[in-house]
Amino acid sequence: MAMTASEIEELIIKAFPNAKVIIDDLRGDGDHYAAQIIAEEFRGKTRVQQHQMVYNAMGGRMGKELHALALNTSAPKE
Amino acid sequence: MEQITKDKIQNIIDENDVLLFMKGTPVMPQCGFSAAVVGVLSHMGIKYNSVNVLEDPEIREGIKEFSDWPTIPQLYVKKEFVGGCDIIREMHESGELTQYFNEAGISTS
Repeated sequence: MAMTASEIEELIIKAFPNAKVIIDDLRGDGDHYAAQIIAEEFRGKTRVQQHQMVYNAMGGRMGKELHALALNTSAPKE
Repeated sequence: MEQITKDKIQNIIDENDVLLFMKGTPVMPQCGFSAAVVGVLSHMGIKYNSVNVLEDPEIREGIKEFSDWPTIPQLYVKKEFVGGCDIIREMHESGELTQYFNEAGISTS
């Protein structure tokens, strides 16, 4: 099983409604993506916490349907 | 996760200043992301121990629950979960990783 970029984007937007999201398909196999996410919800959180928030938004698919999701997360510049 | 697995994980984390849960070994990594972190640590001259999760299915799944982190590799420094491949790479590129190690009293080359 794999995932499409739009499925990933949908899950992220559902969890972070006003986020800016850029998804790169790293290998075209539906299993290796990179995502750049800018969301207010990340403000004041450590990188580990930010990534955990995104993994939770994936609803347990990380490491299962989705082998790799390279993350670059940040809060919007003030 | 069974208590015995949790204790096993806690003990090995407590016993090692720098510990990398990875797929394969530093000499023979079995996954690109694990190899990337091995590369960063060797580039920085960090002394560390590693756990080959491919040899222990309980630890392979248990560490994900233990750290609340769904993927391998996972780096621990002085019992603290530092991150997976992305975070270690990002911290290395920004110089933050060197600072982190120094503050933790871990010498870098």
